[in-house]
Amino acid sequence: MSPTNRTVVVTGIGATTPLGGDSASTWEGMLAGRSGVKPLEGERFADLPVRIAAPVAVDPSEVLPRPLARKLDRSAQFAVIAAREAWADAGYTAPAGEDGSVAPDRLGAVIASGIGGVTTLLDQYDVLKDKGVRRVSPHTVPMLMPNGPSANVGLEVNAQAGVHTPVSACASGAEAIGYAVEMIRSGRADVVVAGGTEAAIHPLPIAAFANMMAMSKNNENPEQASRPYDKGRDGFVLGEGAGVVILESAEHAASRGARVYCEVLGQGLSADSHHIAQPEPTGRGVAAAVQNLLDNTGLDPAELVHVNAHATSTPQGDTAEIKALRKVLGDDLDHIAVSATKSMTGHLLGGAGGIETVATVLALYHRIAPPTINLDDLDEDIDADIVRGEARKLPVDGPIAAINNSFGFGGHNVTLAFRSV
Amino acid sequence: MAATQEEIVEGLAEIVNEIAGIPVEDVEIDKSFTDDLDVDSLSMVEVVVAAEERFDVKIPDEDVKNLKTVGDAADYILKHQG
Repeated sequence: MSPTNRTVVVTGIGATTPLGGDSASTWEGMLAGRSGVKPLEGERFADLPVRIAAPVAVDPSEVLPRPLARKLDRSAQFAVIAAREAWADAGYTAPAGEDGSVAPDRLGAVIASGIGGVTTLLDQYDVLKDKGVRRVSPHTVPMLMPNGPSANVGLEVNAQAGVHTPVSACASGAEAIGYAVEMIRSGRADVVVAGGTEAAIHPLPIAAFANMMAMSKNNENPEQASRPYDKGRDGFVLGEGAGVVILESAEHAASRGARVYCEVLGQGLSADSHHIAQPEPTGRGVAAAVQNLLDNTGLDPAELVHVNAHATSTPQGDTAEIKALRKVLGDDLDHIAVSATKSMTGHLLGGAGGIETVATVLALYHRIAPPTINLDDLDEDIDADIVRGEARKLPVDGPIAAINNSFGFGGHNVTLAFRSV
Repeated sequence: MAATQEEIVEGLAEIVNEIAGIPVEDVEIDKSFTDDLDVDSLSMVEVVVAAEERFDVKIPDEDVKNLKTVGDAADYILKHQG
């Protein structure tokens, strides 16, 4: 088998999210239909038009030693926590090269975020203004650089095949996973730690997103604010956290007897080239990405049983995505269970592709699709089978496949496909 | 009142503990910041700034490279404290 068509599998998962401090508690929260959205307390949020968000359930200060945490931006803290879980979950007991299970030069890391160390940048500017030049942390640059989470995860596991950070706003996490698949397919690596992270719950990003009219202002009902596909949806709710997977060539996974969650079939990519922030209303670009995915992977739509949709709860975006799926999949969309897990986690921006890949992998592995909560009054333009209210069992027999969509400001469209093993 | 050498070493130990997580009792005068105490060049800047505030002393960047051990730093502070 040539290096360009190697089979890639998922052997480990990790997450820290608004629903839980690890992937198991996150998954449990999703299946139970819990909301992670809360009021934003504190003086600095008081004047904002949006005073709700979905913070991580377990603060990193409870998990990471202080000397490490103080050198990492919050987005890198999340990434390291999720990567440690995924690494151990895949059966690795030490950094590469120490336990003989993978060579450092065959291991990569690709972790992305949408906006990097924005809280470090803003907080250190406050330090500069309030306390002076001398007090600005010497760790500021490595903390704010967008490749910081990827570099720190690479240091954790001793990745030497390559450490990368694709940036495409809210598609970043999914693009990272797609990039990692290609690293393995092309023969550059046998194992890659991949995912997305984001930590942007700060007054400035919230003010900026709110002024774009992109966010829900349902401050009185935080748990009902993120409501994809519902007629009353009025924008996304900002979430934070990270989701990370361990991708591995099937041969490498088999050689060490690793547990395999599912196969990664590949990715479909496109760009809208329509507007810097508005979704293209007919879903043209999204449809192109999904069509590319089918063409690239040979995925038979008849096998496709589940979509973890991008569905951020914005009026235009949710509709355009469903139109695109209908356009490409036709009647096959009728037998596909569509879930919008952002109804529970909020929108993790660059972290979304990470945690939603973890959710998609677990949906295939356990054969159950998580619910879309707060869908009380379905928008009549949403012509798809949305998993409403409660989790739904997926077919128990035969191979099943699922896709995870992520789209970003800038018109970036990424869709990833997975198949049960 | 100026700090004694013993007080300075105690203070440095607390700073190194805060920044690098090394137990205070392990921060002794013959220990090297980089080789023994897990203080890299970036964290050394934090140690210096914290020491400047605590002991009312200025440690110019060009002098920092000479402060290899806890003893070097304690001697410098003892000599230059305000």
